[in-house]
Amino acid sequence: MKRILVLGLLCANFAYGQDLFDELDKNVKPSKSYTSATFKSTRIINGHSNETMAKNHLDFRIAHRFGKLNDGPYNFFGLDQATMRLGLEYGVTDRFMVGLGRSTSQKTFDSFAKYKILRQAKGPISSPISLTALGAWDAISLSTSPQFVFNNNLERWTYTGQLLIARKFNDKLSLQLSPSYVHRNKVENTTDPNDIFLIGIGGRTKITKRTTLNAEYFYRLPVSLEPGLLPNTSNYNSLSIGFDIETGGHVFQLHFTNSLGMVERQFLTQTAGAWTKGDIHYGFNISRTFSFDKK
Amino acid sequence: MKKIIIFLLGISSGAFSQNYYVCKAGQTSFFSETPMENISALDNKVAAVIDTDKNEIAVKITMTDFKFKNHLMEEHFNENYMESDKFPLGTFKGKIQETVDYSKNGSYDITAVGSLNMHGVTKERTLKGKMEILNGQIKLNCDFEIPLKDHKIDIPTLVIAKIAESIAVKNTFVFTKK
Repeated sequence: MKRILVLGLLCANFAYGQDLFDELDKNVKPSKSYTSATFKSTRIINGHSNETMAKNHLDFRIAHRFGKLNDGPYNFFGLDQATMRLGLEYGVTDRFMVGLGRSTSQKTFDSFAKYKILRQAKGPISSPISLTALGAWDAISLSTSPQFVFNNNLERWTYTGQLLIARKFNDKLSLQLSPSYVHRNKVENTTDPNDIFLIGIGGRTKITKRTTLNAEYFYRLPVSLEPGLLPNTSNYNSLSIGFDIETGGHVFQLHFTNSLGMVERQFLTQTAGAWTKGDIHYGFNISRTFSFDKK
Repeated sequence: MKKIIIFLLGISSGAFSQNYYVCKAGQTSFFSETPMENISALDNKVAAVIDTDKNEIAVKITMTDFKFKNHLMEEHFNENYMESDKFPLGTFKGKIQETVDYSKNGSYDITAVGSLNMHGVTKERTLKGKMEILNGQIKLNCDFEIPLKDHKIDIPTLVIAKIAESIAVKNTFVFTKK
């Protein structure tokens, strides 16, 4: 009898302690919350991440890739040569962004559009992954030369399509899978197929609150639309490792990669360097965000 | 034995018949002036409840609901400062010290004593506010300061724009009877 009474008192006490927060939860439904910052930037290293710029935000990107580390001390381990890409990229809505860029490598102009089809979310109607689609176009503006003849402007064009499937597992780890397709209207080498299919895998892990370690690898699938032609074996798969460091409005990405180019055609299909031979380029991306939001 | 059960039922049913005033879309904002740019954010989905019988108030804020003008700031707020993955909520629960007659129109300067939880750290606080009761609605305004150190929110030395060590928070809630 006494025991029951004590139990009863405990119950009453418990009900009192529980209280108002329960009452709150009963009245206010939890809202859907989207996972943010799967990656710190719209690029993992060379390749796109699932992130897009927020609405009315402009991203000014300056990226450099230097020569090869195995160029030796005479070329200061590659730092004597640099290729560059300048980019202006803008968030039209919170899910849709567009970008323009110009690279010194092959005097290439590029543009892209990127749309978040699915966003990872918690709460009602949750989603375990993010899915972003990328469509990119680039044009080589090099003058036609005996080494690389362009009969018309169309031959200068390349199209890229990518699906970026990403998941932020926790605040430490994000991974992404990127099935990709590149169509080159003209290739330098006639034994090269015009179409290349790839599977990309990338990820990041947080080292400190403001620093992450990133890695990215694109595997060219041994398939082709043209019988008898396979991806050129004198090129390599692109592998990059680097750090993201963020400071206020900037994200600095410092990395080592075997790809010299920063446009999809160049790093996905024409990576000439091999890590095993020391053909490693040091490079960086600087991203500066400007908000034009009048909220 | 039976009596006790009845007694227990009595307690629980008593709990159900309490008088609650609920606010589903309260506004909480903060502002901090820095040499580089001002930092301000607004959350207009704050949930709060007042138990008029016990004279208690509870507030719950989802950190990711704070909206900034600059999206990058919002991301940094969640990722670096509040660590919203680990500590998604900010809460306050306290007892209102003054006697308030909720059945009549009137206005009161009130003091709530209770615990403020943010970034996983709970602090005992005494918060002052102004309460207005008008035609069955309760309007509550409450401004206070949060010293970042108290809640173990560190500011990196690398941040160029200095962030104030204490952030001014403003709250406006309108409660209606449930």
